[in-house]
Amino acid sequence: MKERLQQLQQEALEKIEQANDLKALNDVRVAYLGKKSPITEVLRGMGALSPEERPIMGALVNDVREAIQRALEAKQATLEQEEVEKKLASEAIDVTLPGRPIRRGNHHPLTRVIEEIEDLFIGMGYTIAEGPEVEQDYYNFEALNLPKGHPARDMQDSFYITEEILLRTHTSPVQARTMEKHEGRGPVKIICPGKVYRRDNDDATHSHQFTQIEGLVVDENVRMSDLKGTLREFARKMFGEDRDIRFRPSFFPFTEPSVEVDVSCANCGGHGCNVCKGTGWIEILGAGMVHPNVLEMAGFDSKKYTGFAFGMGPERIAMLKYGIDDIRHFYQNDIRFLQQFNRV
Amino acid sequence: MFVSYKWLQQYVDLTGITAKELADRITKAGIEVESVEVRNKGIQGVVIGHVLEREQHPNADKLSKCLVDIGEGEPVQIICGAPNVAKGQKVAVAKVGAVLPGNFKIKRAKLRGEESNGMICSLQELGVESKLVPKEYADGIFVFPSDAPVGADALELLYLDDEVLELGLTPNRADCLSMIGVAYEVAAILGRSVKLPAIELHENNESVHDYISVRVDAPEDNPLYAGRIVKNVKIGPSPLWMQARLMAAGIRPHNNVVDITNYILLEYGQPLHAFDYDRLGSKEIVVRRAKAGETIETLDDVERTLTEDHLVITNGKEPVALAGVMGGANSEVCDETVNVFIEAAYFNGATIRQAVKDHGLRSESSTRFEKGIDPARTKEALDRAAALMAEYASGEVVGGVVEVNTLTKKEVVVTITLDRINRVLGTTITKEEVGGILTNLQFTFTEDNGTFTIAVPSRRRDIAIEEDIIEEVARLYGYDHLPATLPIGEAKPGKLTPYQAKRRHVRRYLEDAGLFQAITYSLTNEAKATMFALETAQPIRLALPMSEERSVLRQSLVPHLLEAASYNRARQVENVALYEIGSVYLANGENELPNEKERLAGVLTGVWHVHLWQGEKKAVDFYVVKGILDGLFALLGLENRIEYKQAKREHLHPGRTAEILLDHKTIGFVGQLHPNVQKQFDLKETYVFELDLEALLKAEVADIRYTAIPRFPSITRDIALVVDEHIVAGELQKAIIAAGGELLKDVSIFDVYKGDRLPDGKKSLAFSLRYYDPERTLTDEEVTNVHEQVIKAVEQQFGATLRG
Repeated sequence: MKERLQQLQQEALEKIEQANDLKALNDVRVAYLGKKSPITEVLRGMGALSPEERPIMGALVNDVREAIQRALEAKQATLEQEEVEKKLASEAIDVTLPGRPIRRGNHHPLTRVIEEIEDLFIGMGYTIAEGPEVEQDYYNFEALNLPKGHPARDMQDSFYITEEILLRTHTSPVQARTMEKHEGRGPVKIICPGKVYRRDNDDATHSHQFTQIEGLVVDENVRMSDLKGTLREFARKMFGEDRDIRFRPSFFPFTEPSVEVDVSCANCGGHGCNVCKGTGWIEILGAGMVHPNVLEMAGFDSKKYTGFAFGMGPERIAMLKYGIDDIRHFYQNDIRFLQQFNRV
Repeated sequence: MFVSYKWLQQYVDLTGITAKELADRITKAGIEVESVEVRNKGIQGVVIGHVLEREQHPNADKLSKCLVDIGEGEPVQIICGAPNVAKGQKVAVAKVGAVLPGNFKIKRAKLRGEESNGMICSLQELGVESKLVPKEYADGIFVFPSDAPVGADALELLYLDDEVLELGLTPNRADCLSMIGVAYEVAAILGRSVKLPAIELHENNESVHDYISVRVDAPEDNPLYAGRIVKNVKIGPSPLWMQARLMAAGIRPHNNVVDITNYILLEYGQPLHAFDYDRLGSKEIVVRRAKAGETIETLDDVERTLTEDHLVITNGKEPVALAGVMGGANSEVCDETVNVFIEAAYFNGATIRQAVKDHGLRSESSTRFEKGIDPARTKEALDRAAALMAEYASGEVVGGVVEVNTLTKKEVVVTITLDRINRVLGTTITKEEVGGILTNLQFTFTEDNGTFTIAVPSRRRDIAIEEDIIEEVARLYGYDHLPATLPIGEAKPGKLTPYQAKRRHVRRYLEDAGLFQAITYSLTNEAKATMFALETAQPIRLALPMSEERSVLRQSLVPHLLEAASYNRARQVENVALYEIGSVYLANGENELPNEKERLAGVLTGVWHVHLWQGEKKAVDFYVVKGILDGLFALLGLENRIEYKQAKREHLHPGRTAEILLDHKTIGFVGQLHPNVQKQFDLKETYVFELDLEALLKAEVADIRYTAIPRFPSITRDIALVVDEHIVAGELQKAIIAAGGELLKDVSIFDVYKGDRLPDGKKSLAFSLRYYDPERTLTDEEVTNVHEQVIKAVEQQFGATLRG
C-alpha cells in the first residue's frame, strides 16, 4: 500500500510538471485529489487495516496529498505568471512616441520680473500701490518738486492731453498720492509698479510706453544707509548673492541727495566685460532721499520725517537678466519671444 | 560740456592725475564723464614748417612745388595740392616717416615726376572735424601765425596732444557749463586750489555813456544788462591757443572778436554778444518784448517772425538780436568792423526757453541762460572780454560800463548740524571731515559746536537747503563709505490686496489654460480706439501725438491683440492664443481724469490642440474659448452667477457671439470675429473676448465651506428631448434645474442632434440628470417622481417631447 502511494505521488508530480496550461493542471488536480482519485480509494481501503497501522497509513496519505497540493499550487502560480507576462508582452507600446501635449502659456517677461520684484519687497514688509496712468500735471510734476518751467522737465518730454492732464512719465505720482492719503503720518512703505509713457520714438533702446517700479519708505529716522542696505538686499536676491552695489551721485528733482545705483556685473563678476562695457558695474536704479519739498507738499513734516525712494525699469532688468537686445520685443508679442519665458 | 584737459590745467594743478583718472574721480563725485576723447588719432612726426618758396608744379596745374624749412638741416621739397599754399606761410608738415590718422605713413615719393619729402597738412588730415575748421581753411591747409617756431610739434600748438572730457551734466549742475565752474568742482574733488584768470584792463579817458545808453523795458526777463565799447579793433584771426581751445571745446573759430566772446562763454559760462557798434543804427539799446509780427534776420540768415513771448535787444527802433539766443545779421561783427559793443546780460531762463522752443534754435548761449548763469560773474566776464579784445584785437577799451541792474542780491546761507548730516546719511562723519569738505568746495562757513553756518557762493545756484549740503558732504565723503543698514521701526507684514492676489490667480489660470500674456500699447488711432469697446466715451486724444497711429487712448484691448495675432501670423505663427490685462480709458469731463478700467481680453486663432499620431486635432472654436472662460468663472467662484446670452455686436459674427452677464449685468462678450474684420486684420477664423476685470474680481464671493462627501449612492437618469431648433440649451437646462428641486444635483448635456431622423425645424438635446440625497439612499420611486416632474416642466414650457 505504501508503495502504491509513493508511486501515485511520483506519477502526480510528473504530470504536474508536464502540465503547460491551467486547464491541464486542473485535470491533474481532479485526477489525483478528486473524489474518484486513486488516493481517495486508498483512504477508503484504510478500514481493512489494523488499528496500529491506521494512523501511520493516514499520516502517509496526508503527506502525499499535501506534497501534490503544494506542487499544484506552485505550478499554478508559475502558469498564471506566464499567462500575465504573455498578456503584458502583447500590450507593449513604443514609449518614445510623443505624449499628449499639455498646452501651456506663460507670463510676459515683464510681468515675470515685476512679480519677482513685488514678492521680494512684500517679503520686506512693503505693500503694492497702484495709481492712474492718465495723471494730473500736479501729481506727475509739481508735487514732485518739478514746478512749471523747471529745467528738468526737459528731461521728460511728455504726452499731454490738456495743459493739466498727461500720461504719467513715471510711477512717482503714485508715491505722491499715497503719501497724501497717509495725512502726514508714517510709516509709508510701498512699491509702485506700472506703465509709463514718454514722447520717444520707438527704437531698440527706446519705447514710448514702458514700465517702472518705484519704492518709497517714509518714517521717522529713515537713513540713506537704509536705502543702501535695502537695495543691496534687492540686488542680491534679484541678481545673485555675491552681487554688490555702489552709489554714484546724481540728480533728480524729487530726491536730495540723489544717486544712481550700479550692481556689480553678474556676467563677469565685476572684472569688466562687454556686458558692463568694461566697468564691472551695471546701472539699474535711480534713488535718493525724498526731497523735503516733496514730503511737505504731501503733508509730511520734513523735520520729523525722512524717507527714501528708488525707481527702476523692468525692461532694463529683463534685458539684463535674459540678454534681450531690443526693447521692442516686449511690445510686439511675438509668440516665439513670449514662449521663451515658459519655465522656472 | 567738453572740457579740455590741457586748458583745465590753467585753473587747477592737475599734476599726477591723468585725464582718465580725473574722469573717474569726477564721475564718482557726481558728474558723469561720458567719454574721454584722445584728440591725437595716432599722429606722429608733424612739425611746423616754413614755406620758403612756392612755384607751380611743372607737370600739374593743381599742384605746387614748395621748399619748406622744417627745422632739420636743409629745407625739403614738398609737393602740395592745397589751393591756398603760399610762400612765407607757417604750416603743419608731416615729415617723411610721419604717421597720420588711419595709420597713414608718409614716405618719400615722386608726384608727377617731382620729388616730395613729406606732406603739408590740412586740419582735417590731422583728425579735426570739418565743422570745426575755420572757414577760410576749410578747403586747404591751415596757416599758423607767423611766430610759430619752425620745427615745433604742431600737435602741441593745435592742442591735438590733448584729451577732452565730455561731461554729462544734470540740470542742477549748470555751474559746470564753464571751465571755471569745472575747475571749482575738480579742485573740491582733488583738494586743490583754483587759479582764476588775471584781468588787466586798461580803459581810455572817454566815457562809454557818450557812445551808448541802455534801457530795459522788461526787467523781469532781463534783470541785468551791462555793456562796454571797444574802439578801433582790428579784425583778424585770434591767437592760435585760443583757436585751438575753441576747437577742443567743439566751437569753430571765426575771428578774434567773435572768438573772444565764445572763449569767455566757455571760460566763465557767461554768454556775450559783440555788436558792430557802427551798424547798430543808433546810440541806444532798448531791451523789450517783441511786438507780435515783428521780424529779425538772425546770424544764420534766417528771417524770424516774433511774438510777444520773445525778448529782443533793439536799437530803439528795431531788433538787433533775439535776446540770449542769437544776434541779428544787421549788426553782426564782420571784417570791416572797427568799433564793438559787447553785451553781457542775465536773461530769465524761462523767457529764453520759450524763444528756443518757438524757433527751434538752440545755441551755446541759450543753453546757459536756460539753465541759469551766475550773475555775480557777468561783469567780470565783460571786463575780461574787453581786456582780451584790447590785447588780441588791438582794441581800445572805452572807460566805464553801461549797466541796468535790477537784480536783488540775496545771499544763500544754510545752517545745518553735524548730527542732522549723520542722522540723514546713517554715518559717523566728524565735524573736521565736514569742515574739510566745505573748505575744498571753497564755501565760506563758520562752525560752532557742531552747527555749520554756510554762505553758498552764487555760482552754486543748486544749493539752498540743508539737504543740498548733505548731498555735497555725502558725494565728496564718498558713497562707498556709506554703511548698508535696513530700516528700523515698526515691521508690518507686506501683502497683496485681495484684488491684486486674485488678478495673479487669473493670470496663472489663463496661462495654464494655454494662453500667453501679451502687453500692448495703450495709444492707438481714432478708428481702433472704440472698436469692440464694452463701454465707449469721447476719445481721449493727445495734444501733440508723435503719429496718428499712437494718438488716442484705447477703450478696448481687443484691437491691439488682433494686431499681435496678425503680427504673428505674418511670421508664420498661425496658432495664437494671447490674453492681456490692462487699462482702458473712458473720458470724463474736460480737465477731469478719465475713468481707467481694468479689462481682461483675449484672442485665439488656429489649431487649439494637436496630437496627430493618436488622431487628435482640434481647431479653436467658440466652445474652446467658452470653456476657458467657464473655468475662469469657476476659479473665481462665480460660475453659478454667470449667463451667456446670444448677442449681436459690431465687428463680431452675428450668430456666434455671446454677451456675458454676471448677476444679470453685462460684463463682457465672447465671439467669433466678423469675416470683414478678420480680413481687415489679415487673420483666419479668430475668436476674441473682453471682460470687465474689476466687476469679476470685486464681486463678493463667500469663503469656501466644506460640504460632506457623498455617503449614499446617487441615481442617474438620461433624457433626450426634442424641441424647436430655436430653443437654446441654456434655457432648457435652467428649467430642468428649477423643476428638479433639491434632489437634482447635476445636469449635463451629452448629445445634440439635428438631422434626417427628426422633423424639419426640430432638434434633440440629451441630458444626463443625477439625483442624490445626502441623508439617505434614494428609492427608485422617489427619483421617478421627481424625474417625471422635470419632464412635465419641459413639456409645458418648451413643448419638448421625449425622443423615442
